[in-house]
Amino acid sequence: MTTAEHGHHDYYIPDASPWPIIAMLSVFLLLCGTALAINDVGFGIWLVVIGLIMLSVMFFGWFGDVVKENLTDCYNAQVDRSFRQGMLWFIASEVFFFISFFGALFYIRNIALPWLGGVGYLGATNELLYNQFTAQWPSAGPDNVGGGFTPMGAWGIPAMNTLILLTSGATVTWAHWGLKINSHRQLVAGLGATIALGLLFVILQAWEYSHAYHELNLTLNSGVYGSTFYMLTGFHGFHVTMGAIMLMAIMVRAMKGHFSPHNHFAFEAVAWYWHFVDVVWLGLFVFVYWL
Amino acid sequence: MSTATLAPANDHEHHGPPRGMRRWLMSTNHKDIGTMYLIFALVMLFLGGASAMLIRAELFMPGLQLLEPDLYNNLVTNHALIMIFGAVMPAAAGLANWMIPLMIGAPDMALPRMNNLSFWILPAAATMLMLSFVVPFFPGGGSQINTGWTLYPPLSLQVGMSMDFLIFAIHLLGISSVLASINIIVTIFNMRAPGMNLMQMPIFVWTWLVTAFLLILVVPVLAGGVTMLLFDRHFGTSFFNAAGGGDPVLFQHLFWFFGHPEVYVLILPSFGVLASIIPTFARKPLFGYKSLVGSMIAIMFIGMVVWAHHQYTIGMSLAAVSYFMIGTIIISIPVGLMVFNYIATMWRGSMTFETPMLFAVAILLMFSFGGLTGIMLAVVPADMQYHDSMFVVAHFHYVLLPGAVFGLFAGVFYWLPKWTGNMYDERLAKIFFWINVIGFNLTFFPQHFLGLAGMPRRIIDYNIMFTEFNMVSSVGAMIFGLSHLLLLYIIIKTIRGGKPASARVWEGANGLEWELPSPPPFHSWTTAPQIK
Repeated sequence: MTTAEHGHHDYYIPDASPWPIIAMLSVFLLLCGTALAINDVGFGIWLVVIGLIMLSVMFFGWFGDVVKENLTDCYNAQVDRSFRQGMLWFIASEVFFFISFFGALFYIRNIALPWLGGVGYLGATNELLYNQFTAQWPSAGPDNVGGGFTPMGAWGIPAMNTLILLTSGATVTWAHWGLKINSHRQLVAGLGATIALGLLFVILQAWEYSHAYHELNLTLNSGVYGSTFYMLTGFHGFHVTMGAIMLMAIMVRAMKGHFSPHNHFAFEAVAWYWHFVDVVWLGLFVFVYWL
Repeated sequence: MSTATLAPANDHEHHGPPRGMRRWLMSTNHKDIGTMYLIFALVMLFLGGASAMLIRAELFMPGLQLLEPDLYNNLVTNHALIMIFGAVMPAAAGLANWMIPLMIGAPDMALPRMNNLSFWILPAAATMLMLSFVVPFFPGGGSQINTGWTLYPPLSLQVGMSMDFLIFAIHLLGISSVLASINIIVTIFNMRAPGMNLMQMPIFVWTWLVTAFLLILVVPVLAGGVTMLLFDRHFGTSFFNAAGGGDPVLFQHLFWFFGHPEVYVLILPSFGVLASIIPTFARKPLFGYKSLVGSMIAIMFIGMVVWAHHQYTIGMSLAAVSYFMIGTIIISIPVGLMVFNYIATMWRGSMTFETPMLFAVAILLMFSFGGLTGIMLAVVPADMQYHDSMFVVAHFHYVLLPGAVFGLFAGVFYWLPKWTGNMYDERLAKIFFWINVIGFNLTFFPQHFLGLAGMPRRIIDYNIMFTEFNMVSSVGAMIFGLSHLLLLYIIIKTIRGGKPASARVWEGANGLEWELPSPPPFHSWTTAPQIK
């Protein structure tokens, strides 16, 4: 940072803001309600509903304030860098969230299941408890929890979804190019295409789940294959949905003309996020569907 | 102090603190948020301390006196979670909030609103933690949490509704730490005064940079682990169920992938505080700045790949335990290097022993002792004997109390005059130090013998042969616990008044934070200081 830049425009410190405390109250209600609801305490679901409403209001309000401050030129280049770095580290933490589930998948496939199958140091489990069990993947474990199932193939919908997400990564980059050359049309069209592809992905994923539940008997309860399959693809699908909502917000802002070739942090943050869910999907496609 | 470094009129000058509750509930000020973190940590310290004193009161004699076994186990669980997530981490975050902007010449944290969110999530999480404790007392509330803070399945799969509250409390704590860490990293990378490069930052800022990295990398993994626990409990997944092809040990790996780096998360900020205190009272520059930074970075990387030394007895292959043993012992090199750097800083200095320095010296002695018992525990065949005994309890309390908590006390005494503008009562503080340290050693030193003699931990009742040492330990715990009332008194007294502190406070103090008046203005460095 140069002194000239700093002297010209101070770092923006916002005034007292109600949004953090509303955010706290909403997640508190949301989580308390969930804890009650999953234990069949009736009023829990109402806390969840109130929490979700408050959470949406909070996001509108908080981000609305940030947008307003940006449009009234409160931010200098240094503030912009803070936002960018903050978003990058947020995505880094998300990466490690997914790593815990990928780690669980690798551990179960390469260590836990071979043990149950009688290989190695802990082979005694197999001798004493699960004598007929041979380790293989996919598996629902020695007790075949959830009953027989057909695993999800890689080359049907999943391969198509890979193509869709990769294309959407390209369209969002095309939109960014449009933004850089100040082509409003290209920006909005690119964003529209990306959102459409994202929604198509989510719809196909939902269709795939329904197919798995009704025809393959592959459910969340199908032993450890079902657990890892649904947790990984489910959390990814949730992130795609969030990403699509973020893209919609960005598209509304783009149509209002909020972005300029030099000031569009929000667009880039969402684009990074979108590429992140893209990369996670490639990992999923290779390790969950294909191998 | 040089008033020249303070800003002349500018946009923010006329913004005093907002009035009333608004100032605290909606704060965007790093000092106010830092103060709230510290007060929250103090409240939690007393809550966690009270549960520890109940535990020790119960263990005064063999047999059941005060508590039921499940309640006892729940107190053990809560003591650990409250102390780690409620007391030490928030206190360290409070120091970070207060000091990092002052030390690097920034006007505030980089993302002030998010800063407030990271703090305010903590009371919500603490409330959920308390709810998890209270729920079993209601009809239909299910059983108490008897797993200890490690939450190992299958036991944690069998606990009632209170476990769900605890899981969500951990999610909240995780969100808070990750947001705070993002903020700290961005502040350090982006808000330094012009001319201050990374290798000119105070070591305290470095320790928090490394700590924040660790938190961003490991806390999400814990969140993933407890999420799997939640799904195994309620939605029929089989992550930790061998019948479905899962493995309960998987949870241990996920937990300790977080849990071991967490140890460094707790200790590093306090070590950073020492790097400020020791040069001040030895009146010598810090010895080996570069090697301290290097050691920390080494600790960060090695610390992330040695987690399974907490699980030697689960039956890993010989190759795996050997790897984890060697990795663990290697960590003692950078940690030892840090300790020796501090000793070398004191070497031939003109030392005076004000309370922060007393704590600093005590930390180096007692933490090193805890480090040595750590090496004993790192050795696989030896650990097979010590595992889950009171020896482990003694070990990690020797590491975490001096390493983390005393470091925070030292930091509070060191910076309290800067924060409040008043000197604390040195005589009372020294009395507090001696009662505190003697009480601590009386509590935990005998536990080494108990463990070596075979007393298991996390057990409400014990063989009568262990009685004497347990009695000593319990008496020590009462002294240690009650001594903190004196700490509270000293802090309140200092806030309310006392000898006015100068800007520099300590004769030998160096660093940007001492260039501002005590207490510093509401907005710290409205104009960035020039770094020469």
